[in-house]
Amino acid sequence: MTDQSWPLFEVFLRGRRGLNHVHVGSLHAADAEMALHHARDLYTRRNEGVSIWVIRASDITASSPDEKDPFFKPSGDKVYRHPTFYDIPDDVPHM
Amino acid sequence: MTTPDLGPVGLHALDPGTVDPGTGDPGTGDPGTGDPGTGDGNAYDLLAEDHDEGHRWAFGTGFTDPLDGVDTSVPDGLDPGALVRFCLALGDDALIYSHRLQQWVARLPELEEETAVANIALDLLGQARMLLARAGAIVGQGEDQLAFFRAEKEFRNVRLAEHADRDFAELVVRLLMFSTWRLALFEKLAELEPASGPVSSGAVSAGPVSAGPVSSGAADPVLAAIAAKGVNELAYHRDYAAGWVVRLGDGTALSHARTQAALDTLWPLTGELFRPDPGALAAVDQRAFDAVLDTVLAAAGLDRPNAAPLAPVGGRAGRDGVHTEEMGYILAELQSVARAYPDATW
Repeated sequence: MTDQSWPLFEVFLRGRRGLNHVHVGSLHAADAEMALHHARDLYTRRNEGVSIWVIRASDITASSPDEKDPFFKPSGDKVYRHPTFYDIPDDVPHM
Repeated sequence: MTTPDLGPVGLHALDPGTVDPGTGDPGTGDPGTGDPGTGDGNAYDLLAEDHDEGHRWAFGTGFTDPLDGVDTSVPDGLDPGALVRFCLALGDDALIYSHRLQQWVARLPELEEETAVANIALDLLGQARMLLARAGAIVGQGEDQLAFFRAEKEFRNVRLAEHADRDFAELVVRLLMFSTWRLALFEKLAELEPASGPVSSGAVSAGPVSAGPVSSGAADPVLAAIAAKGVNELAYHRDYAAGWVVRLGDGTALSHARTQAALDTLWPLTGELFRPDPGALAAVDQRAFDAVLDTVLAAAGLDRPNAAPLAPVGGRAGRDGVHTEEMGYILAELQSVARAYPDATW
């Protein structure tokens, strides 16, 4: 069974009060259609889902832990990229 | 934009002035947005959709009672005995079938399929509970009393429900047969929902006598509500089963052969689904059933068997309380705990 097992899919679910799809877990399925069915059966049993995305785990390109520092460190000292860095003038409403 | 081309833009694009009252006016009410594009492709509209009828959803909330607001008195002009017998038939089908599916749990080839089959078993158990509770309310017995303390000859399920699947092919082929038939029946029962309202309300319709013979259809609002709930469940069961029958039938030579064998084995059991039952409140047209099966079998490359229906015994079959020898073993397992501890609770 090991070499013939179904490929892995990652499941993203948008919950009832959620604004975006969130990764909830993974499962095995023969193809994407079956993965959707399995996701419905595994991850929406408690009346929480309104939309499901599935994608083959092998189709995901992820950043490597080795590149963590060059990827993410450079933004660590740039506080001015946050809107809270700036003083908001009194005559600018709705901020 | 006058031709009703219901392309990807959807209905909203035809008339931007129309606001769906159910969505709480997501976009067209605010002139500042200047964006009447409320078609299916707009992600912001999807976010504004109200999935909770205005209530804030949280885990464990948002559940609905299918019988909420339904008049539970037996409508005038409906024979209570016939209603009880019909509810028992459909309830027993679901109870026994659910038990057979539960026996698969921990034996299926994949964890994901196990959850799928367990979900289906739970759906059917839920239908069984509601139907047995409906029958029990009329005869003054609880659902547990009916499920656990009736004898084999009192069970009205069809023999298809009690068949023991020998392999996964039989599981999915049998589920395709059962859910196709039951979905067609429940759709029929649910359709009668609007017409059944006035029958049970206080206003006696003195006008045209539309009730007709009892067997013309279910005029019971509870049964209609149960059926309406079941339709979505059964549609998914049929979808699940059909998907697997196509996969296996159109798969390898081995999976094809085993699925065809399952079909040949089970086909005689379908005849009972269409046996005339004078007391039934609704029935399924066999041609509708055959049409669905033919579609799936054609996609799967499987041949529809010509086998004759499994004969009744002395003119009596499952609906008459005459079952196959499998039934005794099912009831022994199903009922043993309740009979050993009759008043046990947890």
